[in-house]
Amino acid sequence: MVDPIKVYPPKPSKVYFYGTCLVDMFYPDAGMAGIQLLEREGIEVIFPENQTCCGQPAYTSGYHDEARAVAKAQLGLFPEDWPIVVPSGSCGGMMRKHYPALFKDTGDDVKAAEIAGRVWELTDFLLNVCHIKLEDLGEPTTVAMHTSCSARREMGVAEVGPKLLGQLSNVNLVEQVRTEECCGFGGTFAIRHPEISGAMVSEKVDAIVDTGAKDFVTTDCGCLMNIAGYAEKNRKPLEGQHILSFLWERTSAKKGERS
Amino acid sequence: MSETAHQSPHHIDVKEFHPRAQAAIHNPKIRQNFRKAMDGLMSKRKSAFEGWDLETLRDLGANIRLRALANLPDLLEQLEEKLTENGIKVHWALDSDEACRIVRDICVARDAKSVIKGKSMVSEEMELNHYLEGQGIEALESDLGEYIVQLAGETPSHIIMPAIHKNTGEISELMHEKTGTDLSHDVEYLTAAARQQLREKFMNADVGVSGVNFAVAETGTLCLVENEGNGRMTTTVPPCHIAVTGIEKVVPNLEDVTALMALLTRSATGQHITTYFNMISGPRKADEMDGPEEVHLVLVDNGRSSIYQDDELLDTLRCIRCGACMNHCPVYTRVGGHTYGTTYPGPIGKILMPHLIGLDEGRHLPTASSLCGACGEVCPVKIPIPDLLVRLRQESVDGDKLHPARVTGHGAKRGAMEAMIWKGWSWMHAHPGAYRFGTNMAARFRMLQPGQIGGWTQYRTAPKLAPKTLHEKLKERGQ
Ligand code: SF4
Repeated sequence: MVDPIKVYPPKPSKVYFYGTCLVDMFYPDAGMAGIQLLEREGIEVIFPENQTCCGQPAYTSGYHDEARAVAKAQLGLFPEDWPIVVPSGSCGGMMRKHYPALFKDTGDDVKAAEIAGRVWELTDFLLNVCHIKLEDLGEPTTVAMHTSCSARREMGVAEVGPKLLGQLSNVNLVEQVRTEECCGFGGTFAIRHPEISGAMVSEKVDAIVDTGAKDFVTTDCGCLMNIAGYAEKNRKPLEGQHILSFLWERTSAKKGERS
Repeated sequence: MSETAHQSPHHIDVKEFHPRAQAAIHNPKIRQNFRKAMDGLMSKRKSAFEGWDLETLRDLGANIRLRALANLPDLLEQLEEKLTENGIKVHWALDSDEACRIVRDICVARDAKSVIKGKSMVSEEMELNHYLEGQGIEALESDLGEYIVQLAGETPSHIIMPAIHKNTGEISELMHEKTGTDLSHDVEYLTAAARQQLREKFMNADVGVSGVNFAVAETGTLCLVENEGNGRMTTTVPPCHIAVTGIEKVVPNLEDVTALMALLTRSATGQHITTYFNMISGPRKADEMDGPEEVHLVLVDNGRSSIYQDDELLDTLRCIRCGACMNHCPVYTRVGGHTYGTTYPGPIGKILMPHLIGLDEGRHLPTASSLCGACGEVCPVKIPIPDLLVRLRQESVDGDKLHPARVTGHGAKRGAMEAMIWKGWSWMHAHPGAYRFGTNMAARFRMLQPGQIGGWTQYRTAPKLAPKTLHEKLKERGQ
């Protein structure tokens, strides 16, 4: 669990942007939206080119040697003491919460802990460090939101998404029943236990569809893939977007293309 | 430990988790019964803690348990000393078999033919009923839920509410068939009928067996929480009372019980307090009217002391068996308790059972979680269940040379193919040039992306690779 009291840093002039492998390959527009939102707040965004993946898939599958090798390759990417922002609660949670455990008893433990302390989930950073003010330029719409379990429970940002969406004057945010329940993604869980995961995502999609919203936004690409993928395959009237793409689209004059 | 020590009387194969999960998912009755019950329990817990500073209370609960475990050997000695002073006879059992034999020997010494039982998960762990029956001693469950489960020839599907998988109609039919009561949906009638049947047994039982919620070292007191009064009957009516408990249930002082009780009942059933709270401090004294002539406590190890050796796994022993982790687990809600095939189902079962049965048997348990964290969030003593699941996953594939595995049967889940995939994955992601080349190629040839990805596309469409990676987009932008 995340510390109940978070100590936010003052707004910096520069940040490191950690894209995550899912954003990189499947939802690059969410990454671009995140970068543009930061830049609009006057922050210079540094994208270390050698970033790959935080190592979480192997870590949660129990392959800690393999996860450590990948995570170690990320440790050298953030030499200055700028904040590291991540457009994902789950990769953020991996770096912030699990890196210290992963590097326990290695020579890298101090470095891992130092980096962990600088990691922020991007929407949390925009709201509570940048104090972003959003001006809604979009048409009236109704959306539901799904906060990933790691964003909710590891990064403690369940309140952040609704607050940001609440700043958008033309957006009606509706809440589905059992909003805090897992969508059934869980990385390799969805593949190892397809029936259980399928049951979870089907109920999640039904709950969102029942709100009447045709669109949902989420903090994490894994959940997005899961919920939107189920809706598509089962022809449910529901489309999803990463919350950063949504925020950028609604607040930038030029419409960004959907990923 | 003998070979048969952990064989279920119903021959449930823990390894068959997957097919059982599949069957449960497709059984609308199970889905409905559990969803309804768990929704109810979740909302009850929520309202029971309203107005409380839950985080502070959880910290307190965790600290009490941590302190107790830090001094466990000393506390157990103190407990034994105090209990003995109070006239309670203390027995130590290394495993289930030994614990069963101790209970039998006490019964045999009293020439006992019938045992009445209060609710006790450790006795389920020991499969005591099954064992006693084999010895010609009748053992009857007196907790209503346990009684129903016993009538059905099943095991409990929840640690607090053993028969939660059945609805009233099913219970009515079962009682009609087994005991001849009328078919009725009237809960009061059914309860009264069961009570009637049990009353007679209570009066004639030679021995009462119960569990223990907290054993207080300071005073040598056994605390028992319950709602039906059957616990009180079990521990006072028969002339001999045997309590069985895991060695971890000891707490230093009486005042520790107050905080733990407040957490236990609210977390479990959303009750502020239970109907009965029994404190047993010894057999009947010479000038007392009632109570048993002799009282025994069987302290069961059954793998616990090996968990105790490990700084991380030790946290498992903090558990006060409230069941909140089950009530909030999205997996448990979908598949129900019997799917696990273990004495303790749900999140706590997944982290506890591998120690009791080994990872060769229980290798699927740690993977059957999306690591959503709901269990850890509600656990009143703050057991980091998701972290322990990851630790056990690591042990089940021997995936960490730096921190070698300790649980028996470690490595049982390691497959050559899977290990190779992770090795390849690791190499590629530890080499940024290779990663960029690979992801660029994948984006370019995304049309060749497979449309079917095993279990994933059974329920969802395959995710679509973007035409350009974020790396490429930023490069074009000159970053
Ligand atoms: S692990 Fe925690 S939540 Fe689960 S039964 Fe034990 S004390 Fe209760």
